[in-house]
Amino acid sequence: MSGPNTDYDPVEVTPLKAEQVEAMREAALTAIAQAGSLDQLKQVRLDHAGDRSPLALANREIRALPPQARKEAGQRVGPARGAVSRALTERQAALEEEHEARILVEEAVDVTLPWDRLPVGARHPVTTLSERIADVFVAMGWEVAEGPVVEAEWLNFDALNLGPDHPARTMQDTFWMDPAENRVVLRTHTSPVQARTMLTRRPPIYVVCPGRVFRTDPYDATHSPVFHQVEGLVVDEGITMAHLKGTLDHFAASMFGDGITTRFRPSYFPFTEPSAEVDLICFVCRGVDSEECRTCRGEGWIEWGGCGVVNPRVLVACGVDPDRYTGFAFGMGIDRTLMFRHGVEDLRDVFEGDVRFTSAFGTEI
Amino acid sequence: MRAPVSWIREYAALPADLSSTDLAARLTALGLKLEALEEAGGDITGPLVIGRVLGFDDEPQKNGKTIRWCQVDVGSANGNGKPQGIVCGASNFEVGDLVVVVLPGGVLPGGFEISARKTYGHVSSGMICSARELGLGDDHDGILVLGPDAGESGDDAFEALHLREDVLEFEINPDRAYALSLRGVARDAALGFDVSFTDPAERSTPAPNDNGYPVVVDAADGCPVFVTRTITGFDASAPTPTWLSRRLQLAGMRPISLAVDVTNYVMLELGQPIHGYDRDRLSGPIRVRRASAGERLRTLDGVDRELSTEDLLITDDTGPIGLAGVMGGETTELSGSTSSVVIEAAYFDPVSVFRTERRHKLPSEASKRFERGVDPRLPEAAADRVVELLVSLGGATVEDGVTKVGEPPAPTRVTMPADLPARLTGMPIDAATAVAHLREVGCEVSLAPAEGAEVLDAVVPSWRPDLTDPFDLVEEVARIVGYDGIPSVLPSAPSGTGLTTTQALRRRVGRTLAGAGFVEVVSFPFVGTAAFDALGLPAGDDRRVSMRIANALSAEQPFMTTTLLPGLLEAAARNGGRGQGDLALFETATVTLPRGGPAAPILPVDRAPTEGEWDDLQKSLPDQPWHLAVVLTGERERSGWWGPGRRATWSDALEAMRAVASALGVELSVRSAGRAPWHPGRCAELSLGDVLVGHAGELHPKVCAAYGLPPRSAAAEVDLDVLLQHATEPVGPRLSSFPVAKTDVALVVPEQVAAADVAASLREGAGELVESVRLFDVYTGEQIGEGRKSLAFSLRLRAPDRTLTEEEVAAARRAAVDLARDRHDAEQRT
Repeated sequence: MSGPNTDYDPVEVTPLKAEQVEAMREAALTAIAQAGSLDQLKQVRLDHAGDRSPLALANREIRALPPQARKEAGQRVGPARGAVSRALTERQAALEEEHEARILVEEAVDVTLPWDRLPVGARHPVTTLSERIADVFVAMGWEVAEGPVVEAEWLNFDALNLGPDHPARTMQDTFWMDPAENRVVLRTHTSPVQARTMLTRRPPIYVVCPGRVFRTDPYDATHSPVFHQVEGLVVDEGITMAHLKGTLDHFAASMFGDGITTRFRPSYFPFTEPSAEVDLICFVCRGVDSEECRTCRGEGWIEWGGCGVVNPRVLVACGVDPDRYTGFAFGMGIDRTLMFRHGVEDLRDVFEGDVRFTSAFGTEI
Repeated sequence: MRAPVSWIREYAALPADLSSTDLAARLTALGLKLEALEEAGGDITGPLVIGRVLGFDDEPQKNGKTIRWCQVDVGSANGNGKPQGIVCGASNFEVGDLVVVVLPGGVLPGGFEISARKTYGHVSSGMICSARELGLGDDHDGILVLGPDAGESGDDAFEALHLREDVLEFEINPDRAYALSLRGVARDAALGFDVSFTDPAERSTPAPNDNGYPVVVDAADGCPVFVTRTITGFDASAPTPTWLSRRLQLAGMRPISLAVDVTNYVMLELGQPIHGYDRDRLSGPIRVRRASAGERLRTLDGVDRELSTEDLLITDDTGPIGLAGVMGGETTELSGSTSSVVIEAAYFDPVSVFRTERRHKLPSEASKRFERGVDPRLPEAAADRVVELLVSLGGATVEDGVTKVGEPPAPTRVTMPADLPARLTGMPIDAATAVAHLREVGCEVSLAPAEGAEVLDAVVPSWRPDLTDPFDLVEEVARIVGYDGIPSVLPSAPSGTGLTTTQALRRRVGRTLAGAGFVEVVSFPFVGTAAFDALGLPAGDDRRVSMRIANALSAEQPFMTTTLLPGLLEAAARNGGRGQGDLALFETATVTLPRGGPAAPILPVDRAPTEGEWDDLQKSLPDQPWHLAVVLTGERERSGWWGPGRRATWSDALEAMRAVASALGVELSVRSAGRAPWHPGRCAELSLGDVLVGHAGELHPKVCAAYGLPPRSAAAEVDLDVLLQHATEPVGPRLSSFPVAKTDVALVVPEQVAAADVAASLREGAGELVESVRLFDVYTGEQIGEGRKSLAFSLRLRAPDRTLTEEEVAAARRAAVDLARDRHDAEQRT
C-alpha cells in the first residue's frame, strides 16, 4: 500500500456510479444463485468476492475519491459487498447440504446381504435347563450339591434303604465297575448326592442336586443309558408333606408359568415313606379340552417325577437324628423335562452333538 | 396286574352305577396306578348268539378245499325261528354241537361287518366263529365248540362267553404285594368307596393231620410254612368252564388244562401261588431243602439248570423236582393222564426266592409274588380253595389228609404317636381317623393314652409284610384320606450362599466359549480301545488306564473315558457326515481316572459311617476331575460375499483356551510339546506356573483321517478343576492418563526360539514402564537368512505419573532389546 491518496480524481469514477455498483451486485447474486456445485461456487466466490472481483476493485476505488464523495460511494459499495457475502454463505450451506445428501444416497448398500461370517455359539440345553432349575432353588436360599458319578454301592443303594435283596435294585438296572466285588457302580440316580450331603453337613439342609446318571437301558427315542436328573432334599425340624407340595408347586410355577401346580399319587420309593408320584398340570392345555393336546397326550397331566418324606432309615444311615428332624426329597428327569417343555421328540438328539439341535436353544433356556 | 371289574365286584360291594373309569381313578389315587383300562369285547356288536348244529353237508370245492354247508338252529334270534344256513370252512364240530354264530348285521373285532352273502353256491347268513375271531385267544384251528351246558340255541353269546368285561391293568409297586391278587385289589376298592368287603380267603379249613402227603422241611428259614392237600379221581379231560378260562384270559394268563387253570385262578384270586404235582409221579416224601453243589434240575420251561447251594428245592426220592416258589420240574408235571394231584401251597422266604429268581433269570408269576411277600397265613385257605374247584369242576375226590409243616411268623406290631400322620403329612388327621383307616387296611388297632400324643398300636395283617415302620402306617392313612388334601406350604430355607465359586465359574466357562462361537456337546462317557488307538495314544499313555464297566452295553466301549476328546471328535465326525463341516465344539464333563483304590466297603445302615469308614469309602472311588475340551474343523470364519473366510488352525484351539483363562483371571503359559493326539510340531502344553493344565494344537493328520475330519482340525483339552482352583478375582487397574509411548522392535532370532519367550524377555527388559508387548508380524525369507526368523513387536510404554521423555523410552527399548539379544541370540533388524 502506498501513502494517503492525494491524487484525487476530479470526477467520479465510472465503477462507482450507482447503476454500475448495482449491476455488479446483481451479477454476483445471479452467479451465486446459478452455482450448481461447491466447485462452481468456489469460482463464483473468486469472480465476485475475490480480491480481483469488480466489487473489490470498486471498493478500492473509493479511496481515490475526494473525501466528500467517499461517503456516498461507500454507502453504495459496502451494502453490495455485504449482500454478496451473505448470499455466498447461504449458497455454500445449501450446496453443502445438497452434496452431503447426495453422497449418502450414493453410498447406500443392500442391507439385506447376509452376514454370517462369525460363528454363533450355543450351550447345551441340558446344561442351561439344569442351571435354570438350580436358579429357582438358589433363589429360595437352597444350595447346589454335587457328587461323583462313579459311586460306592453303599451310597447308591444301602444308605438309601435299598438293601442287597431289595426288589427295587432290579428296577434300576445298574452298571457295575469291574470287578463287581469292588462294590463300585455308576450312580443310578442323584440320590447318593443327598446321602453325601447329609453325611457332610448339619441340618437344616436345603439342597438341589442336578447331575448325570446311568442305567442299563437300551438307547432309543425315549430311553438312554446316560441321562440327567435333578433331585431336591430338605432336612429340617417340622418338615411335612405340605412343605414338599409347596416346594413342588413353586418349582412348577417357576418353570412352566403361573397357575401350574402339581398333583401327588401314592407310590413307592425305598428312600421315602410316604412316597408319591408327581404330576404337573399340562402347561399347554392346562387340563382344559386336553383331547387334542400333544404335550400331555390328552391326559391333562404330565408325569414329572417322584417324591416323598425321607425314610427315617435313610436319616439314620446318614447320621441325622430322626426323632428331631424330618425331611422330604424329590427327583425328576432333566432330559425328560426338556423333551416335554420344548417339544423334543427323540431323546437321542440330546446326546448326538448335532449342532443344529444345540444351536436351537441358544445360550439360555 | 390285570383285574376284571366283575371279579373285583365279587368281593367289594361297589355301587352298581359306579363306572370303571371312576373305579380306576379311585384305585390310582390309593396307590394302584392304572396302566390301561381295557374294554374287552367292546369291539364286537351283535347279534351274536349260541347256535346248535342241526346238520351239514361237506362240499369239496374246485380249489381243493372242502366247505361245510351247515344248518344251524339259532332259536328265534334270526326273527323267524327257522334254521340258519351258514357256510363254514372248519370241520372240527359234529351235529348237535353248540357253536357261536354272528348273524348278519353283527361286527367282529377289526370292524369286520357280517352280512348275508353268496359264497360257494349258497347264501351264507352269518358266520360260525373261532375263538380268535371273538378275541378269546389265539385258537384259530377250527371254530369254537362250546360245552353242552353253555346254553340254549338263540341265547345271547356275550353273556354265555363273558365276552364283555372291563379290565383294569395296574402297575403294582413292590410294596403292594397284596395287590397282585383280586383279593387285594378288591379290598382297596372297598375301602376306597367305603363299602363292605368279603374276604375270599376267609373260609373254614380242615385241621392239619398226619394223614396227608408226607413232607419234610429241612430249610425252615427258606420255607416257614408248607401245606399239601391231595385229590384223587380227577378227570384230566374235563374242560375248564368258560367263566374260569375267560377270567384267566382277561387277567392275562393262557388257559391250559383244568388242573393248571384252577391253580392259576386261585393264585389270581388270593395271591397264593400253587403248585400241583402228579402224585403218581412222585416217589417218597416231599422234602424242602437247599441244593447241594453240582445238583441239576430240568425246569418246566425245558431248561436244564445247574443249581446253587443257596437255591431252595422241592425234592422227592428221585432228587430235585422243583425250584421252590420259582418253577416246577418236568418229572412231576401235571399231564393229560394225571388223576391224583398233590397240591402245594407254601410260604417261601422272599429273599430266598428273589435270589434264586435272579440267579436263574427266571421270573414267573409265582416268584413275582413270593419275592414281594405272600400272606403267610394263606396256604391252608388257598389249598382248600383249589380242592374245592377241582372237586366241583374235575369230578375229583378229596382225601382227608392235610399236611401242614411250620407256622406263619408272628404278626408285626407297630406303635407310633397317634398324631404322626398329621405331623408328617401336614393334613389335619386326628387319632380317630388314623385308627379307622388302619382298620380298613386290616390292622388291629388300639389307642393308649400317653404323655403328649396318644400312642397308636397296630397289629399288621399277615398280607401286608410291607408295613413295618410308623412311616408305613402314615402312608396308609394318608393315601386313604387322600393326597389331594395335602396343603401347599412353601418352607423357608435359611439364607443360602448361592452357587459355590466353582459352580459359578463353570457356568462362566460355558458362556465364554458359547460367546466365542463354540457349540456345547453332551456325549456318553463310554470309550473303547479303538478310540485310544484312533487318538494314537502310545502304549504307556496314562489315558489308556481306564476303569472297565463289568456289564457294559457295548463290548466295543467297555471303559469310562479318561479324556473328552473321543466323544467330541465323534460328534464332529457325525456333524460332518450330516453336512455341517465348519465346527467349533466344546464339552465340559468329568472324566474317570482310576487310582487303584481298595474295594468300597459295605457299611452298616443303622448308624452313620465313622470317619475311618468314610475315608475308606472315598478312597475306593476313582478321581473324577472336570475336563474341558474343544475341537475345531473347517472354517472358523466363513467365506462369503465379503471375501474369503478363515480356516480354523492350531491357534484357534489355543485362543479358545486363552479366552477361558482370561475369563477366569489366569494367564496360561505356553510351551511347545509333543503329545497325542496332536501334531508333534503343532502341540502346545498349557500350564499355570509349574502346574500342567492341558494341551492344545492341531490334530495329528492320522487322527483327522481316523475320525474322517478335515485336515488340520484342531483341539484342546484341559483339566478344568485346576484352572478353576487358580481363578482370581479381577483387580481394578490404575489407569494412567499420561500419554502412551509406542515403539516397534523387529528382532531376528533362530527359528526354534519361541515367540512367547522373546516377548517375555522384552517385557522383562523394558521393566515397569511396559504396558503391553504384542507380536504383530512373523517373517521368514531370504533377507533374514537360513534358519532364522524375524519377529516384530510393538511395545507400549507408559508411566503412571508423568509423560515419558524420549530418553526414557529409548532406554527402556534398549534394555528390552539387550535382554532379548542376550537370551535368544536376537539381532535387531534395521
